[in-house]
Amino acid sequence: MKTVINNYIREEMFPNIWCPGCGNGIVLGAIIRAIDDLKWDKNKIAMISGIGCSSRITGYVDFCTMNTTHGRALPFATGIKMANPNMKVVVVMGDGDCSAIGGNHFIHAARRNIDLTAIIINNMIYGMTGGQYSPLTPTKKFGTTAPYGNIDQSFDLVKLAKAAGASYVARGTVYHVRQLTSLIKKALNKKGFSVVEIISDCPISYGKMNKMRTVVDMLKWIKDMSVSKKAWEDLSPEEKKEKFVIGEFLDIDRPDYTELYSKVMEEAQKMGVSR
Amino acid sequence: MKENKLIEIYQNDSVKISVRKEWCKACGICIEFCPKDVLAADEQGKPIPININECIKCSLCELRCPDFAITVEGGE
Ligand SMILES: Cc1ncc(C[n+]2csc(CCOP(=O)(O)OP(=O)(O)O)c2C)c(N)n1
Ligand code: SF4
Ligand code: SF4
Ligand code: SF4
Repeated sequence: MKTVINNYIREEMFPNIWCPGCGNGIVLGAIIRAIDDLKWDKNKIAMISGIGCSSRITGYVDFCTMNTTHGRALPFATGIKMANPNMKVVVVMGDGDCSAIGGNHFIHAARRNIDLTAIIINNMIYGMTGGQYSPLTPTKKFGTTAPYGNIDQSFDLVKLAKAAGASYVARGTVYHVRQLTSLIKKALNKKGFSVVEIISDCPISYGKMNKMRTVVDMLKWIKDMSVSKKAWEDLSPEEKKEKFVIGEFLDIDRPDYTELYSKVMEEAQKMGVSR
Repeated sequence: MKENKLIEIYQNDSVKISVRKEWCKACGICIEFCPKDVLAADEQGKPIPININECIKCSLCELRCPDFAITVEGGE
């Protein structure tokens, strides 16, 4: 049963460490299929992650990989991209990793429009550490640190990325897996900072706290709560708040940071000679 | 390196469904979301095709499996 997947994974690391049905594995498959569609040389790809269940993803792929520190995957990736702009750099983060401890790095990577692809596996909770709420936990949902329901409003990562300056922004889910693969493919191909937020399932931490006992319950919930941009427009303000809007939200072209930086180097070298 | 590559193969004239049992964690996703109810759970909760002739080769089971434990060949 060899498929394209086998060409890109470190088979000796399987079965993976994730809980049964964990969305991280579905995302891993989608990323690999997107990369295979693009026919990229796997030695020219660097995949960088932080800390969290989702960040274990870098252990399973046969690219150049780096599992860094919590929230700091983007700064490490920025360094790699600046040192070697020909590298395709993909950053995979959890919702806590990206939007809590790493929130500042996220908005500034977008502001710089550095040519990286950020994939955020949003399971709406801190999976690894036992179910604390994150900045992406929806209001009123439960976490071990929100036993009476979360009173905070969650970030809308799509709006955040757009406002901060990203070039490509999309949201998909692990249920809508074909669409997910094509969104990831477009993001990977985009020159500039590209973002794909993926609504994912954590049956163990999120599901248990929120009365979804099985992974099947969680995926059905994700399916029911997801709407296309078009369908979303017709909803009432109350309904809108509850739903996950999926699809593409931004696709623009503006100079990326590595390009601008290399121009500065050229200018500086010219000036150095004339002086 | 784990040597035991236990793979169960089920096929008819047009489709071949393989289940890599040592990687499968019996999450039930492939079984629940197969549009044609081709799959059922065996005694361990792992998929077993009970209706392979109904399979439309949509590959959704393969694409949604978090563990790369089920594949469908013969489609495209
Ligand atoms: C500097 C630092 N602070 C806190 C932690 C503890 N910690 C590990 S993973 C994690 C959050 C995981 O949640 P998320 O990023 O959403 O990823 P998931 O596990 O859900 O995939 C935290 C707080 C850490 N490892 N390092
Ligand atoms: S705790 Fe949640 S995120 Fe972590 S492996 Fe288990 S299901 Fe996945
Ligand atoms: S390929 Fe489609 S129809 Fe066939 S078993 Fe898988 S999900 Fe069911
Ligand atoms: S989706 Fe994969 S891991 Fe889950 S039951 Fe089916 S084959 Fe096993």
